[in-house]
Amino acid sequence: MEFFEALINILNSTIRVSVPLLLACLAGLYSERAGIFDIGLEGKMLAGAFAGAAAAAVFGSAWIGLLVAVLVSVALALVHGFASITHRGNQIVSGVAINFIAAGSTIILGQAWFNQGGRTPSLTADGRFGAITLPFADQLRDVPVVGQIYSGLLSGHTLLAYLAFLAVPFTWWVLFRTRFGLRLRAVGENPAAVDTAGISVAWLRYRAVICTGVLTGLAGCYMSLSQNAGFVKDMTAGRGYIALAALIFAKWKPVPAMFACLLFGFLDALSIRLQGTPLPIVGKVPVQFMQALPYVLTVILLAGFIGKAIPPRAGGVPYVKER
Amino acid sequence: MAEAAIELVGINKSFGTVRANRDINLVIERGSILGIVGENGAGKSTLMSILYGFYQADSGEIKVGGKAVAIKTPNDAIAHGIGMVHQHFMLVENFTVIENVILGAEHEALLKSSIAKARSELERLEREYGLEVDPDAVIEELPVGLQQRVEILKALYRGAEILILDEPTGVLTPAEADHLFRILRQLKEQGKTIVLITHKLREIMAITDTVSVMRQGTVVATRETAKTTVEELAELMVGRRVLLRVEKGEARPGAVKLSVRNLTVRDSRGVTMVSDVSFDVRGGEIVGIAGVAGNGQSELIEAVSGIRRAVSGSVMLDGAAIEVTGHADPGELRDRGLAHVPEDRHHVGLVLAFEENENSILGYHDKQQYLNGPFLKIDAVRDDARRKIEKFDIRPPDCRLRTANFSGGNQQKIVLARELEQDPGVLIVGQPTRGVDVGAIEFIHKQLIAMRDRGKAVLLISVELDEIRSLSDRILVMFDGRVVGERGPDATEGELGLLMAGVESQEAAE
Repeated sequence: MEFFEALINILNSTIRVSVPLLLACLAGLYSERAGIFDIGLEGKMLAGAFAGAAAAAVFGSAWIGLLVAVLVSVALALVHGFASITHRGNQIVSGVAINFIAAGSTIILGQAWFNQGGRTPSLTADGRFGAITLPFADQLRDVPVVGQIYSGLLSGHTLLAYLAFLAVPFTWWVLFRTRFGLRLRAVGENPAAVDTAGISVAWLRYRAVICTGVLTGLAGCYMSLSQNAGFVKDMTAGRGYIALAALIFAKWKPVPAMFACLLFGFLDALSIRLQGTPLPIVGKVPVQFMQALPYVLTVILLAGFIGKAIPPRAGGVPYVKER
Repeated sequence: MAEAAIELVGINKSFGTVRANRDINLVIERGSILGIVGENGAGKSTLMSILYGFYQADSGEIKVGGKAVAIKTPNDAIAHGIGMVHQHFMLVENFTVIENVILGAEHEALLKSSIAKARSELERLEREYGLEVDPDAVIEELPVGLQQRVEILKALYRGAEILILDEPTGVLTPAEADHLFRILRQLKEQGKTIVLITHKLREIMAITDTVSVMRQGTVVATRETAKTTVEELAELMVGRRVLLRVEKGEARPGAVKLSVRNLTVRDSRGVTMVSDVSFDVRGGEIVGIAGVAGNGQSELIEAVSGIRRAVSGSVMLDGAAIEVTGHADPGELRDRGLAHVPEDRHHVGLVLAFEENENSILGYHDKQQYLNGPFLKIDAVRDDARRKIEKFDIRPPDCRLRTANFSGGNQQKIVLARELEQDPGVLIVGQPTRGVDVGAIEFIHKQLIAMRDRGKAVLLISVELDEIRSLSDRILVMFDGRVVGERGPDATEGELGLLMAGVESQEAAE
C-alpha cells in the first residue's frame, strides 16, 4: 500500500507540473496550426506570470491578476502577429525577441515597482487560486484505490488546472467540429486556398495568435498564482520550450498533446521525487543528473521515437499573394 | 448573338513598371466556351485574377449580366457567380474532399449541418454532371485528375455560373484531359459559361467556341474557333510565323552509346516502378519514351543518370558500366559525357535563388576553365553565361538576374544551354517543353535535333505525345514499369494511346 500511495503522490505532482506545460502546449497548437510558429511561448508565459502576480499583489485579487496576465500575454502575442502576419517577418526572430523582452522587462519592472530583487510580493490567499476540493473527496479518502485516486489524485487542484484539462477536449472540438477550426487548420496548410475561398488570411491568423496569448497568459498565471505565491525571476525555466517539444511530439494534435505534457510532467515529478534517494544498483545519483533527466529524455524522444512529425505545411512561411 | 455573361471594358493593370494588362476589352457570351491563348507572361492569368477579385484592376470596368459590378475580393466574384479552377490547385491536401468543398462556404459556426448539406449537394452534382468523387477521400491520396474535379465541384457548390479554368490540362494525362473536356461540354449544355486559359492550341481547337489571343498584355485578336487554324493562332500568339512541325532528316544511327539491361527500380515507398527494362540508344538517334505520367519513366531516367539507386540490372555508357545499383555518382557521369536535363527544373535542375550565371555552370563548376585554385573565376563564368544567353536567346539577356525572375521557357533554356554546351555524348532529357511557350518549344526541338545530327544519343521522356512523335526516331512505350512496345515515328496516336493505357501489343495491333 505504501507503494500505491507513493504512486498517487507522484501522479498528483505530475498533474501539477503538467498544467503549465499543457496550457502552453495548447497555446502553441492554435498558433502553429494556423501556420505561425511560436518560439515565444516561453516569453509570453513569463510575462503573464509576472503581470498576474504584480496585479494580484497590488489589487489583492487573483481574478484581476488573471485578467491582467491574459491581457499582457495577448498583447505580446499580437506583437508577434504584427511582426509575422502583417509585416511578414521571420517568425523565429520575432519569437526570440519576445522571449528576451519578457525575460528582461519582468526583472526590471519587478525591481522598479516592488524593490524585492525582481520578485513580486508574496501573495495572500485572496491573491491566489486556492485548491478546489471535489464533492465527497474527504469522505471517500479512506476507500481503497478508487477513493484514493479520487481524493488524492483528482481532487485538490486549482481552477486553472481543471480548466487546462477541460481545454483539451474543447480544443479538439473547436479544431474539428467548428467553422473556425476548419479554417484555422486550412490556413496552416495552404493559405492560398483560404484566400481564394474568400476568407481573410491575416484576420484568421490574428485570431489564432490571440487564442495563443490567452492560453499562455493562463499558463503564466498558474505558475505565479497557483503553483507559487508570487513571481520570481525566470520562473518559467524553459517550460515554453518543453511545451513546444511536446507539441511536436504530439504531432500538433490536442489529445496526444495532453499525454505528451503528462509524460514530460511525469519525468519532472519523478526527478524531484528521486533526488537524494538512492537507486537500486547505481546508488546515489547527483541531483543535477536527475534534474537534467527530463531534458535528456526530451532530446531522445524527439530524435528517435516519434517517427516523422509533419508540421503544418505553411508553418513559418509568411503568406504573400502570388503574382 | 447570345447575351453577354461577362464584359470586360478597358482593363489596365500594372505591376511596378510591367504593364501586365493594357486596355483589354472582352465579351464572354453566356453558355459558350471561350478560350484565351497566349504565351507565358502575356497577361492571361492576370486578367482572370482580376475577374476573380484576386487583384484589382488599375482602371476599367467589369460587367456581369450587363451591370457594372465591383469585384474587390474572391468573395465578390463568388457572389456574382464566378468560380475559378486555379492552375496550382487551391486545395488543402490533408483535408477530405468534403472539407475542401465547404471551406469558406460553411453557412454556420458549427460544421455538422454544412457537411450534411454539402454531401447531398455533391450527390446532386455527381448525378447531373457525372462528377464522381468520394466525398470522404483525402485530397493527397487522389490522382491529380480527381483533385481537379474537386476544384470544379468547389466552384459549382458555390453556385458558379461562370467557370474559369487556368491551364487545366497541364497536369493531366491525355485520358484525364479528354474526361475533363467531356465534363466541360456537359456544363456548357447546362447553360454554364466557361473560360479556358491555355497555351495548348490543340485544346483550343478541340473544345472552344471562340478564342481570344493575348500578346504582351493586350488582346490581339478574337476568332470563332471553327473559322481559324492552329497555324494562325500560333502566329498571332508569337507575332511571327512558327513552325509547329519539326523538320528533320533521316536518322543515321551509329554505335550503341547507352545500353540498359534488365533494370529494376523501386521508389522511396518500396514500390517497384521500373521492372526489367532493357533498351539501347545509339549515337545519332532520338529514342522517345512515351507513357502516362507515373508509369516509371521518371524513376528510369533518375536511375540511369545516377540520382536514384536501382535494385538490379546494368547500364553501360560507351561500353563501360555505370554503377546503377551501387554508388553511381552523377558528377562522375557528367565527366564521362552523360548530360541530364531533369524533368523538374525547379527542384532538380536549378537553384532559383541563384543568379543566372551561377546556374549556367552548376554541376560543371569544378571544371578547370571556371577555377583558379579553390576560387571561381567570376569573369570567366559570366562571360561563359553571356555566350550561352546569346546562343540560346535567353531573355532577358542579363546573366546577373535571379533565375526565379526568368519565365519558365527561359529557365528551361538555361538548363538546356548548360547541358548542351558541354557537348555530351549522351543526353537524357525529361519533359523538355513542359510549361514552355510555343516560340521556345520550336527552338528547343531544333536544338535536340541538332544534337542528334551531330551523332549524339538522345533519350527523351515526355508526357506530350505530340512531342514524342515528332522528335523520336524510335518510340518505346512504358506502362506500369515495363516497356510494353516499340514503334517507329510513324505510329499513330491511337496505337500509342492504347499501349500507354496498357492494352497489350497484340490486341493493339488488331
